[in-house]
Amino acid sequence: MLEVKDLHVSIHGKTILDGLSLAVKPGEVAAIMGPNGSGKSTLSYVIAGKPGYEVTSGEVLLDGENLLDLPADERARKGVFLAFQYPIEIPGVATMTFLKASLNAQRRGRGEADLTTPEFMRRVREASQRLKVDQEMLRRPLNVGFSGGEKKRIEILQMTLLNPRFAVLDETDSGLDIDALRIVSEGVNALRDPTRGFLVITHYQRLLDHIKPDVVHVMAKGRIVASGGPELALELEKNGYRDYAVEAA
Amino acid sequence: MAAPAPSRSTAEATLARQFAALKALAATPGRAAAFARFAASGLPTRRIEAWHYTDLRAAMTDAAPLAPAPDGAAIEAARALLAAHDKIGVARLVTVNGRFAPELGDAPPDGAAVAGREARATEARDAMASLVEAMSPDSLTVEIAAGAEIAGPIEIVHLAVGEGAFSLYSWTEIALGAGARATVVETFLGATPAVQRHAATTVRLARGGWLKHVAAIGDEAELHLESQLIDLEAEAELNAFGFVSGGALNRRQIFARLAGADAKIALGGLALIEGTRRADTTLEVVHVAPRGFSREFYRAIVADEAVGVFQGKIMVAPGAQKTDGAMKSQAVLLSPQAQMNAKPELEIFADDVICGHGATVASIDPEMIFYLQSRGIPKEEAEAMLLDAFGAEAIAKVDDDALAEGLRARLAAWLAGRNLRTEANA
Ligand SMILES: Nc1ncnc2c1ncn2[C@@H]1O[C@H](COP(=O)(O)OP(=O)(O)OP(=O)(O)O)[C@@H](O)[C@H]1O
Ligand SMILES: [Mg+2]
Repeated sequence: MLEVKDLHVSIHGKTILDGLSLAVKPGEVAAIMGPNGSGKSTLSYVIAGKPGYEVTSGEVLLDGENLLDLPADERARKGVFLAFQYPIEIPGVATMTFLKASLNAQRRGRGEADLTTPEFMRRVREASQRLKVDQEMLRRPLNVGFSGGEKKRIEILQMTLLNPRFAVLDETDSGLDIDALRIVSEGVNALRDPTRGFLVITHYQRLLDHIKPDVVHVMAKGRIVASGGPELALELEKNGYRDYAVEAA
Repeated sequence: MAAPAPSRSTAEATLARQFAALKALAATPGRAAAFARFAASGLPTRRIEAWHYTDLRAAMTDAAPLAPAPDGAAIEAARALLAAHDKIGVARLVTVNGRFAPELGDAPPDGAAVAGREARATEARDAMASLVEAMSPDSLTVEIAAGAEIAGPIEIVHLAVGEGAFSLYSWTEIALGAGARATVVETFLGATPAVQRHAATTVRLARGGWLKHVAAIGDEAELHLESQLIDLEAEAELNAFGFVSGGALNRRQIFARLAGADAKIALGGLALIEGTRRADTTLEVVHVAPRGFSREFYRAIVADEAVGVFQGKIMVAPGAQKTDGAMKSQAVLLSPQAQMNAKPELEIFADDVICGHGATVASIDPEMIFYLQSRGIPKEEAEAMLLDAFGAEAIAKVDDDALAEGLRARLAAWLAGRNLRTEANA
């Protein structure tokens, strides 16, 4: 469903993605591991449509449609979701207000009517109970003063509500305590289905213990240098990146 | 030593003629003295520090004819404007072109007395406040008796009514007796782009008086010049907020004096400035007595080729020990041509004080926009959300849910209007 073809991306003239190719099939969870600075977040931003990157060549296709010409909001309405490595704080915008605006923007994009407030509240209540997110937190400005783990939980809450077709999770496990890791993973697993794809970026096997990947890719210096099954992650955990002729930073 | 007087500008000459023609008024010693103070300096230019960013003498090519006393047709037009304006609070008082029109408003609530009468002399040092003192045909005085507590806001609606170009002068006095509590909203309505409005409001709080004041300016005046002359006695407390949108040239100047010990003042504002408009807020907060407390918090959203100005000065006199003052100005610029001139200043002559100030001018954070867009929210809507939040945080300083809600609705309308224009241009 997602195809990245020979993607070259630079920022301020510096090459960051250097001929990266990758495909995620419907129903698949693909994991990406790779040293700091190898370009994992850059890839996730380019998929989501963050401005400021220069795509010098290559394509990013969702179900055959090139995403690169679309602004981020249109990509989101087509079903792309990015759980940020560092979620942004938005002062003055209550989390609840933001959730409603997001959900309704996506519904309008699909030609659907806005959710009624009771229906919206019901969905939020259900998702936040499942993810053990305190409803009180949703009244606060989005991410402002939230702990690292709380921010990550709110990312997954958003994903659950928005119900994307393809989600990129950029180090969602970092900052989560042991219980939260399990809860968040269960939240992701609950969304796994034959039509949906995931790209899970992580540094650690522990996330993949909970979210079992179908494929593991190793990324270094802006490209995929190895791909394999779940055993590849275990091997990396043991040996680091030395077999891939790159040093972990 | 006075600088050699520059030759009179066209507007200054017209103003002198207009004042002289007000015969009875011009013969009143207080009015004559006020006009003389104005005439001595003339219309302010950028050489005067407080007017550094707004050269009124250059901007005001001429003074429009004085608005006549409203006739029957004007009163009917006023009624129509009022009918379209949601009522705020427990009582509405109305002025039309600077004249108190009791027949258009309500009886004052218990504890409040209202009169249209000769203004008290203030000896305002500012030329434009002096001009209003000289030229205003009438004054509206709202007096709250000592110890009285008014149950809800009193709204003063200042209407500009009439065809074509005219200028109007309005003088309003708000005075609270010792320990009195009240909320007063001044709404300026009806001015078309041909109207020059000169307004002044004096606010006097006796010992322990408590006033919440909101000024809302949302009409289209060519010129809106408004002075607030504030005097706080001991333990008095004022929270004053100014909401500005619309108008070609808007200048609000606030002169506040914390004359008694333990007085508290919170000044706040939000200016929404687009197109080629200019909006200037200039404050001077003077701490004269010990243990005064002042907070100034002003925000502006400046779009297109508009220009915003914030000048704030906190002065602490030698006797004003233990003053606690903090001033902040924050602006968001929405286009590369938009301008914000911010100049907060402290002048401190006492040693045991805590005072600080800060000013920021920024654009909308693209990281925030991207985050919102990545959730499916279109860019314009994302921007409007962030600006709404930015403005709402300023409005929250009003600290009154109903009044804040009204101002938020104005903010939302302004943001919606901007989006419509952007779409029309796209
Ligand atoms: N805006 C930018 N300007 C300059 N360099 C950038 C910018 N954004 C990213 N880079 C550089 O691009 C490279 C890849 O960064 P990226 O964040 O994609 O790495 P990553 O694989 O996600 O690392 P980590 O594991 O630490 O999260 C880094 O060297 C980084 O410094
Ligand atoms: Mg990263």
